[in-house]
Amino acid sequence: MYPFNYHKPSSVDEAVSLFLDAEDPAYLSGGMTLIPTMKQRLAMPTDLVDLSGVQAMRGIERQDQKLVLGAFTRHAEVARSEVVAQAIPALAHLAGLIGDNQVRYRGTIGGSVANSDPAADYPAAVVALGAEVVTNKRTISSADYFQDLFETALEPGEMIVRIELPIPRRAAYRKFPNPASRYAVVGVMVAQFDNGVQVGVTGAGPCAFRASTLEAALAADLRPEALAGVDIPDAGFNADLHASAEYRAHLVGVMARRAVADLLAS
Amino acid sequence: MGNLPKAFGQSVRRKEDPRLITGAGRYTDDQQLPQQAWAAFVRSPIAHANIGEVDTSAALEHPGVVGVLTGAEFAASGLNDLACGWMIHSRNGDPMRVGEHPALASQRVRYVGEPVAVVVADSRQAARAAAELVMVDYDELPVVSDVEAAAAPDAVVLHDAAPGNQCYDWEIGNRDAVRKALDEAAHVTEIRLINNRLVPNAMEPRAVNASYDASRDRYTLYVASQNPHGLRMTLAAVIGFGPEHKIRVISEDVGGGFGSKAFNYAEEVVCMWAAKRLGRPVKWTAERSESFLTDAHGRDHITTARLAMDANHRITALDVSTHANLGAYLSTFGSLVPTYVYATLLSGQYDIPNIYANVVTRYTNTTPVDAYRGAGRPEAGYVVERLVDVAARELGIDPAEFRRQNFIRTFPHATPVEMTYDSGDFQAHLDKALDMIDAAGFEARREASRAEGKLRGLGIGCYIEAAGIGPSARLGKLGSGAGLWESAEIRVNPTGSVEVLTGCHSHGQSHETTYAQLVADRFGISVDDVEILHGDTDVVQFGMGTYGSRSGPVGLSAIDMACDKIVAKAEKIAAHLLNVPADTVTFEDGEFASEATNERLGFAEVALNAYTAHHFPTTEIEPGLKETTFFDPPDFNFPAGTHVCEVEVDPATGVVRIARFVAVDDFGVIGNPMVVEGQVHGGLVQGIGQALLEQARYDDYGQLLSGSYMDYCMPRADDVPDFDVGFTETRSTTNPLGMKGCGEAGSIGSPPAVINAICDALGIRHIDMPATPEKVWRAVTSAA
Amino acid sequence: MEITVTVNGRSHRLDVSPNTLLVDILREQLRLTGTHVGCDTSQCGACTVHLNGDAVKSCTVLAGQADGASVVTIEGIGAVDDLHPMQAAFREHHALQCGFCTPGMIMAAIDLVEKSDHLDDAAVREGLEGNICRCTGYHNIVNAVLSVAEAKA
Repeated sequence: MYPFNYHKPSSVDEAVSLFLDAEDPAYLSGGMTLIPTMKQRLAMPTDLVDLSGVQAMRGIERQDQKLVLGAFTRHAEVARSEVVAQAIPALAHLAGLIGDNQVRYRGTIGGSVANSDPAADYPAAVVALGAEVVTNKRTISSADYFQDLFETALEPGEMIVRIELPIPRRAAYRKFPNPASRYAVVGVMVAQFDNGVQVGVTGAGPCAFRASTLEAALAADLRPEALAGVDIPDAGFNADLHASAEYRAHLVGVMARRAVADLLAS
Repeated sequence: MGNLPKAFGQSVRRKEDPRLITGAGRYTDDQQLPQQAWAAFVRSPIAHANIGEVDTSAALEHPGVVGVLTGAEFAASGLNDLACGWMIHSRNGDPMRVGEHPALASQRVRYVGEPVAVVVADSRQAARAAAELVMVDYDELPVVSDVEAAAAPDAVVLHDAAPGNQCYDWEIGNRDAVRKALDEAAHVTEIRLINNRLVPNAMEPRAVNASYDASRDRYTLYVASQNPHGLRMTLAAVIGFGPEHKIRVISEDVGGGFGSKAFNYAEEVVCMWAAKRLGRPVKWTAERSESFLTDAHGRDHITTARLAMDANHRITALDVSTHANLGAYLSTFGSLVPTYVYATLLSGQYDIPNIYANVVTRYTNTTPVDAYRGAGRPEAGYVVERLVDVAARELGIDPAEFRRQNFIRTFPHATPVEMTYDSGDFQAHLDKALDMIDAAGFEARREASRAEGKLRGLGIGCYIEAAGIGPSARLGKLGSGAGLWESAEIRVNPTGSVEVLTGCHSHGQSHETTYAQLVADRFGISVDDVEILHGDTDVVQFGMGTYGSRSGPVGLSAIDMACDKIVAKAEKIAAHLLNVPADTVTFEDGEFASEATNERLGFAEVALNAYTAHHFPTTEIEPGLKETTFFDPPDFNFPAGTHVCEVEVDPATGVVRIARFVAVDDFGVIGNPMVVEGQVHGGLVQGIGQALLEQARYDDYGQLLSGSYMDYCMPRADDVPDFDVGFTETRSTTNPLGMKGCGEAGSIGSPPAVINAICDALGIRHIDMPATPEKVWRAVTSAA
Repeated sequence: MEITVTVNGRSHRLDVSPNTLLVDILREQLRLTGTHVGCDTSQCGACTVHLNGDAVKSCTVLAGQADGASVVTIEGIGAVDDLHPMQAAFREHHALQCGFCTPGMIMAAIDLVEKSDHLDDAAVREGLEGNICRCTGYHNIVNAVLSVAEAKA
């Protein structure tokens, strides 16, 4: 790792001001992506602003029809939370599929959503549930948040404070893990709300997205069979050693069908 | 005394464990020497290039840097190239073509990761940071990253000594007889297979800590090695570090090897050289990404094979053509793996009257390829077991039945490819394995899977391997640069406890336990009174290390024979103590007795007297009780077995789940069933990894695409099933204990068992390894 | 920077540079070499220790993140004459061969058993996906962990 300055602020404002004062800073949340990247010398921030001391970024709370997760909520906390299990059990399930046990004790939802790795799990939930990403400056709707490969609507220095997830009637998440890294080759969350069905897909494209054709099919008929004939074009999909774009597109359909089946069984 | 239960043959818990489960193991990177310095290697990021200017000035100015040494300085050092220890001759009689292989490249780099310079600094961090400041000009050359590209007429040539990138074009067997049999065959089955390239991935990365004591003119090398003496001999005699007594090699706890730590690597040479040049102990531990690039890889064959059968479904001939990728350089045993431990096993468990194999090896711009668990034998087993499976299906007969009809049934059996199998009962393990997996119930299970939308298949792998290779004179004729006997020294202490010094090396194989079990029984003492010493050339007499499943049949046999010598001498001493004729003394269950007296003596009493030397004439019998043996096995031994795999395939995703896996192995006499089962489990997962998950993939630029655990798919706990392991026993006749090697078997039988099962499930002829979900999904889709 | 970290019950005040990893503090500064490094991508789990009661990969924790924390390593859970039940189970079930992944595997397994209500074969295998072993084929590791889980139940 290249040398860097380490800061551990205790408030959002302090964190942001430390960030803005530094030459080439990075926020450090759980560090599960950032630290390995730095170890491989692929990233060389001059300053790390460790958010673990910011109390305002902690906590899991249900507010009416919303589940509010502090950005620094670790995956293991979400996976084991009674509040989450009551409100959006599919989200607890999703969190329990991220990485491995040790990673889940460290990684955070804010870090995952801020990084916008195309193969991360949480973004599927953020888009499927129509979550709002609340930063130190504003509230960003999930429709606007994910923009491209590792690209989000966040401006330099802007940081996620909490994520507010509307509670669906029912939801389910299915993941096809990369056999090596355990990231999502494809992950699909299907969420049923009073006013419709929303489908969030991660892993397949440069960033998480809503699968409108699947949603349309499911709006008419919320059964796995309804997706049988739906075409999922693979244009722009990711391709790597483990899965071609064509296979990913196929997996989106399979994972979506299975998620719908899980949803109906829930 | 005399009443201890027998330990050998029992699942004695391991003597190694207390230190390893409490964090008290001593691996190479754990050693910290006074004045310790760290090395970081500057490695080529380019697969093929001529080296231009190397500018070390910025690196030298980095804080903490002790020195920066380049390939040019190494070239001027007088030290010699890394060498291959086995000479293969082409079929036209030409010796194999060996390219130059300096430990630090100065002229040309031939694979990504090849070291071109080394930075030594006061800390790991400083060394690593400064290594990035070494500026190397590379003049890029065209790249060949697989054997087919390397064989193209216009392909770039890696080594001037090897036109066409060919190292050798070797053959074994009788080509004319095979051609004739193929012509006359009632049926011929042909298949083309890829044996996928693997990365060994011992969990402890390779590590070196070299120091030089000028006052004694002596090097000490801590190194994660499977073969400390062999390495010392190489460093002394081949590389040129001076006589062996001026080098001490210590390999204490070693975190797995699987072949990959049996070789002489550049880093050992460079760290020793740098330690003397810079006057500091120099430590290097591979980062995993370096391991991926520089640990010798395994397998990487492309094979076309044809099996001829007569009208009665009897196999009449096998014709095999293999193209093997050696990587950029010949590694220590790189030439041996695709020849004498590959093609000699192509008879499998079958009575095949005619076999011919042609093996062409080529250099490519990839990491050198060498022995990895099984080394040649998994490649052979895969060819044979895929071929018989396809043949049986083409003939419309049950694959198990087809195998049965062609099994070798009488022993010894000489195959047409050099080997003489000493013993075995192939029918026995096939029957037992099919019984254990409940083959009779398979069709019902297949139906149940089908009802759930899944495809179930059953696959068999009947493997044979050649372990504990020898005798040395024969190996010399076949091209070996070394003998492959093993040594043992037994030191009985005056109080009757025992130290055993073995030239084998344990890096997970449990020698400290199994060896002690045998010695304890031989002397009627407790396992706790036996200490096994290994891995330090200052402590242990010359030996040949551990690889090729040799430690049981060869290493332990040497110990057993040394025990014979101890007993023989102790009996003579006991005769004097008992005042009876020497030829009346017997030794059993720890007691010396004679028909001429009622008096008995314990082992410890005789041991003490051997050292006090008060009661026997030292003109006739030397004091002391210490014996040495060098055991040269008269032939290989031939572990064999049947592995049966049952898979369930999800046709929608292509995911293969192993539903059941049975391995029945004939390892002859077994010293510790718990340990042997553990060896089988580990081998099975490496074999399943090859079949389903693992592949080292290069792009056309010679860049390793699967260069970390993010992309190279290591088997995890949730990828593999529980195993059902059983044994049958036919004694080996080539060692006094009747043992057969057990270390590699699991990795040999399992890949064909898995692939045969997948082909059965999908109703297809073939699928290449690794059978990844996408590949399987495509096969399902195109079969439908 | 100066940090305070409690390791196996002993408090240490250490002067470290910010880019120091917890595993380097343990291995190189405190010379607790039972914690191993097997990869550089936070996958293999050989470096697993307990940080404030949770199993984490100490190769992916920065010195600053460990400031004020309590760390338990393989050296802190038992001794040869007083083994932790998980250590004893690993020996009894022959759940290790070369021993290199073992400390991390044991630390991960202890956490898994402590935090799980019910463990079966599949749950143990899933629970250990963050730890790679190349020797044992996992079979005996799973049996060892299950034996401890059953004793707890």
